[in-house]
Amino acid sequence: MLLRLIERTAVLLVSLAVSSVLVFGFLAVLPGDPARVALGVNASDEAVAELRRQFGLDRPLTTQYFDWLGGMLQGDFGLSYISKAPIGPQITDRFQVTLWLVVTSVVIALVVAAPAGTVMAARHRQLSGLALSALSQVGVAVPAFLAGILLIMVFAVKLGWLPANGWTPPAQDPGMFLRQLVLPALSLGLVQGAVLTRYVRSAVLDVLREDYLRTARAKGLRPFPALWRHGLRNAAVPVVTVLGLQLATLLIGAVVVERVFVIPGLGSLLLDGVSNRDLLVVQDVVMVLVVAVLVVNFLVDLLYVALDPRLRVTR
Amino acid sequence: MNRRLNPSLIVGGFIVGLIVLIALLSFIWTPYDATLVDSSIRLAKPSWSHWFGTDKFGRDILSQLMVGARTTLFVGLVAVGVAAVIGVPVGILAAMTPRWPSEVIMRSNDLLLAFPALLLAIMFGAVFGASTLTAMIAIGIATVPSFARVIRSGALQVMRTEYVLAARAAGRRPVPIAVRHVLPNVVSLITVQASVSFAIAVLAEAALSFLGYGTAPPTPSWGRMLQESQEFLFSAPRLAVFPGLAIAVAVLGFNLLGDGLRDRFDPRLEDRR
Amino acid sequence: MSDVLTVQGLTVSVRDVALVSDVELTVGPGERVGLIGESGSGKSLTALSVLGLLPEDVLAAGSVRLSGVDHELIGADERRMSRVRGRHLAMVFQEPMTALNPTMRVGDQVAEAMLIHRTRSSRRAARIAAAELLELVQLPGVMRTYPHQLSGGQRQRVVLALALANDPALLICDEPTTALDVTVQAMVLDLIMRGVAARESALLFITHDLAVVATVCQRVLVMYGGRVVESGPVTEVFTRPRHRYTEGLIAASDLESADSGPADVGLATSAPRRLPTIPGNVPPAGQFPDGCVFRNRCAHATETCATLPPWTGTPTQGFACHHPAGASDA
Repeated sequence: MLLRLIERTAVLLVSLAVSSVLVFGFLAVLPGDPARVALGVNASDEAVAELRRQFGLDRPLTTQYFDWLGGMLQGDFGLSYISKAPIGPQITDRFQVTLWLVVTSVVIALVVAAPAGTVMAARHRQLSGLALSALSQVGVAVPAFLAGILLIMVFAVKLGWLPANGWTPPAQDPGMFLRQLVLPALSLGLVQGAVLTRYVRSAVLDVLREDYLRTARAKGLRPFPALWRHGLRNAAVPVVTVLGLQLATLLIGAVVVERVFVIPGLGSLLLDGVSNRDLLVVQDVVMVLVVAVLVVNFLVDLLYVALDPRLRVTR
Repeated sequence: MNRRLNPSLIVGGFIVGLIVLIALLSFIWTPYDATLVDSSIRLAKPSWSHWFGTDKFGRDILSQLMVGARTTLFVGLVAVGVAAVIGVPVGILAAMTPRWPSEVIMRSNDLLLAFPALLLAIMFGAVFGASTLTAMIAIGIATVPSFARVIRSGALQVMRTEYVLAARAAGRRPVPIAVRHVLPNVVSLITVQASVSFAIAVLAEAALSFLGYGTAPPTPSWGRMLQESQEFLFSAPRLAVFPGLAIAVAVLGFNLLGDGLRDRFDPRLEDRR
Repeated sequence: MSDVLTVQGLTVSVRDVALVSDVELTVGPGERVGLIGESGSGKSLTALSVLGLLPEDVLAAGSVRLSGVDHELIGADERRMSRVRGRHLAMVFQEPMTALNPTMRVGDQVAEAMLIHRTRSSRRAARIAAAELLELVQLPGVMRTYPHQLSGGQRQRVVLALALANDPALLICDEPTTALDVTVQAMVLDLIMRGVAARESALLFITHDLAVVATVCQRVLVMYGGRVVESGPVTEVFTRPRHRYTEGLIAASDLESADSGPADVGLATSAPRRLPTIPGNVPPAGQFPDGCVFRNRCAHATETCATLPPWTGTPTQGFACHHPAGASDA
């Protein structure tokens, strides 16, 4: 157990270090001169040199890298090349917005996928199971931003039940916050739910074939309670893995959905950074997203141990 | 294997075939020039002359969809090609090298999973400027990890078979073994993975063009058609419906084809989709 | 009648292919009955249809009655069957490595058997009873362990403990020792025998191992091709087999050499005796011949064998063969 924790932590730290080098190398070194990129080809050489000096871009790359990394570790994300404003506070604000969206959609995805996948597995030879299976196949094919547009068309334009876009912080107006959260979270959650449903189905199908489920039935448990008490935890292991791996897709899906619903999250910050050619903003946001993915997968790895006692002993 | 009907393969194959045909047809014939602007018929409703109507510049939607199929397939082909050309050797290499180099390969592979296609493409766009080319390459690189992973597990199985053990015992060099024995045995895996990756590429291209970092105007692209439709969601929702449907149907087709091929190659997995 | 289990005309089929046909079987109170046959003979399917746990597309027809249960078991709904399973009727399966839930403590799995049927008043009482049961199968102090921490033999004893938890009228064991090391087999068999004796439970013991049947059972039924071809007291059937299949089975096993002991050894070493085998293979399910199911592998088969041989003898002792052994050969 302890050994596993140490091993996983080491893997996480190495992954974080390697990915920070990758992100820095890609966004700070590869473009050649971020200052030139920020100011555009028509800027005077003096202006570019000035910006380089101002932001320390004239220092050696290793110094720049460790400066960036050390700053981030202390919560200092540097200044925007364009607005000269600190990036850190923006990231904190935007991250909360994206977190609301992603967490809500994960909950929606699970609420959809767990029962639907189980029914699909339990009835995989009946028409109802096949119909659900076909429906999930269609769900997988719809990208989140398309789902968003369709949801807007139905619930905002046709029915007028919910706002088509916008964002209100929960502290300011909780009612409005919820109303504006529903459609973006649904568009992200339903699509993710469709993907997850297929994994739940195969996990439950695997469990249904297990001998211990037959033992549970032989004890006198009826099919559903047997699956509930003995199957759930065993089926959860592969599903949690997939959920962890999907987080990267989910975060990037949020970027697009934020664009559809005009939500000021990390995604909009990233895209604004790209269109303003503000490479430090892009670099910071990408790093935050990657850290989030790596940390969540690390936590998922630890969660296995809670789910599966076989992993607790070191053999 | 019993040669019974495999609905996924048939439906998936049909959809993919149809898209390919439409894309090919668009080279020789479309109802109108897909980029022809005609301000007199802006936002026209579907009619006999314009089956699916026109967009805000008066361009024919059907023609744009047809040419868009071309863009979609082109991006998918290049992206999957990049992914296969890198991913297949990496996967085979990881399966054939001893423990710790293989561990390093797979760990770096896993690390790449933290960069999904869309994120990588946005990063590429930020550095090299947004274009179809950067999008294709970025999507391709982002799909390498899943390719490498699948191919590695397949190759590992081949490496354990007796004929490979015999070849190794006879002193054959690794490269001939990889080409002679391993590669032919993972071809079915490559096909399945290519089909599934194609679906991912179509999705990523659509999302990218939707964000404005993919195919640049005036080349028609389903994703950008969707993005352009957004300002008319109240007045002309059909503008979103047609390209949306095209994207969903294409992704569905490639996913079904992948599932169908998987069932065909490995009937044991049939119940486990 | 006071038989614990009465099976009449049991037929098990999958998509119109009969896997088990017209099985008649009774087990008296406290009686230990063996069911033997090669794999594919339908013995496990017979057990699973008694329990009502056949795979989805496999159907059973006929009649299965259990004393103390006032309804027919074949075709009974899940609600009623779940009250019977684990209470009046319990089963130990072949594969101990996978029979227990890997994510649940062993003690909880045993206690659950009693909690489901409310045979103990509280969770606490059930846990105490579970600890006692585990001690009875010589596994003291395993309450809080997980299955992966136990060996195959130990796991099988846990399965036995939870099968015996509610003092079932009938215990069915399906090849309970086949997957175990030879050294552990005897211990598990001994625990099964003592467990059923202490509860006066009847035992239906399924195996392909004739030596095990000889030690455990009083009466035996021989199955081949989904049919019971011979039955009777163990001593009778094993010393004077009537059905040609039983005869072949006994000749093919080393039962005699094992039983007759040192007297044979000299002979065996001087001229290594090759075990006689039954010619041919067990056909795949549904491809057994009409009439006598054994006739395509039987040296004594004649045209008569194309008709189904009638049952000769009493319901508890008899055979179904046109040319039985020990009679004047045809």
